[in-house]
Amino acid sequence: MSESQRIIVVGAGHAGGTVVAQLRQAGFPGEIILFGDEPFAPYQRPPLSKAYLAGKEGVEELKLRPDAFYENKGITLRLAVTVEAIDREKKLIRLKGGEEVSYDILILATGSRPRRINLPGIALKGVYELRTLADADGLKSAIQPGKRIALIGGGYIGLEVAASAVILGGTAVVIESQPRVLARVASAPLSEYLEGYHRSKGVEILTNSQVQGLEAGKDGQVIGVKLTDGRYIPCDAAVVCVGGVTSDELARAAGLSCDGGVVVDIDARTADPAIFAIGDVTLRPLPLYDNQMFNLVSVPNALEQAKQATAAILGKPRPKPEVPWFWSHQFDVSLQIAGLPLGADDIVVRGDTSGGEFAVFYLKDARILAVETVNTPVEFMAGKQMIARKTLVSRERLRDPAVEMMDVAA
Amino acid sequence: MVKVTYIDSSGVSRTIEVAPGVSVMQGAKQNDIPEITADCGGLRTCSSCHVYVDPQWMDKLQPMHKIENGLLAFKETRQPNSRLSCQILMTEDLDGLVVRTLPPEPDEDAND
Repeated sequence: MSESQRIIVVGAGHAGGTVVAQLRQAGFPGEIILFGDEPFAPYQRPPLSKAYLAGKEGVEELKLRPDAFYENKGITLRLAVTVEAIDREKKLIRLKGGEEVSYDILILATGSRPRRINLPGIALKGVYELRTLADADGLKSAIQPGKRIALIGGGYIGLEVAASAVILGGTAVVIESQPRVLARVASAPLSEYLEGYHRSKGVEILTNSQVQGLEAGKDGQVIGVKLTDGRYIPCDAAVVCVGGVTSDELARAAGLSCDGGVVVDIDARTADPAIFAIGDVTLRPLPLYDNQMFNLVSVPNALEQAKQATAAILGKPRPKPEVPWFWSHQFDVSLQIAGLPLGADDIVVRGDTSGGEFAVFYLKDARILAVETVNTPVEFMAGKQMIARKTLVSRERLRDPAVEMMDVAA
Repeated sequence: MVKVTYIDSSGVSRTIEVAPGVSVMQGAKQNDIPEITADCGGLRTCSSCHVYVDPQWMDKLQPMHKIENGLLAFKETRQPNSRLSCQILMTEDLDGLVVRTLPPEPDEDAND
């Protein structure tokens, strides 16, 4: 790559903010322009449901890099700008208002957004979704001592926001349609533990509960949630947190292959050699899982694909296959998950779930495919390493917390 | 304000000033100090903000939480003065603290 070349990154989230920094660090000498539709330089989203919402961190702590970083590194930020189209033939992007900007390499980091559901009352005042800093600031005003918030959806965001609300002196009720919280993303022992823990902190958790609609007060403000079985849950505000959808519209309109995410290869490259895609928006192969394609929505995934794209663009060695991982914090519970459970034939629980320190291992034969850990970093780190190394383990030894993790190999 | 000095793996020393209560990791991020990636943003989750604390300061630090200890246990680069910099909150007592940063080890999980 030479000084006369230009890389455009569309999407100024964790993935976009990381890749521009890595490109410079790895020595890309040309022009870098980062486009974002929010009016902020790249910031971290995970704290929006946790430390930021609970008032423990401010805007400064959210920033991925200090403001001066971009100028110092010769990275142009174009914020509050909507990119409307990609012209692959002319290798340019078109902005709202008509301006065209050409590229040599284009990196799509357009992310994902909350899934919207069509419910009566969904547009009422006091009904929130949570993805952006602006969303979090709105929600913050609704979370106050004595106020009750309803979380529609018992996934990670719902549980994290419930914890933050209680930490701030409010109350929270989680409404989940499945028989347990985190039903699609966690093991039954973990769901059970988290439900118990949240209840012990005063969070109300309703499972097998379908929302019929939201009720309005006289001023158009939400005052309650109606369930299909007739129950009525009064609340002062509600958050709809029922998963996400990939924001792959730009790629699709440009004719790039998308299937629940922009299809990329192991280098984060699309079928168009000049276009890469990284982060939440992608559907990507995982070498450690037989190159099956996954849409991973997490910070570690954004960091990993930023690294892949940087290496490919600059002709550096490809990063080694990574173990996907994820974290969540709820109250003082530190949850760390590594690997993917697809194809597991058994789970092994190590430790005592009632004691608040345990790990759930997903196995296929004698191989660990994934591990969920609660306040047990050694199990997390060891499990992640064993997944990467495809270590064969003894189920009996793994199940016994008296056996050190380094001694569980078969 | 209190001072922190970061010495990177090539020996370059950088001194910054932060307000008490700010972590050594946050100070690094705010001042574009290299080699502290802090992927998880300071949650005692990822161990990518590992530093070596100048030994003379060790007894002034808050004791290690067992989760921090557990994460460090898996670092091949661990030394007796290893800490996660997100867990060191600056105080007046720590004014002048010196830490050494490590080169990134992005692929430590994989089998070589």
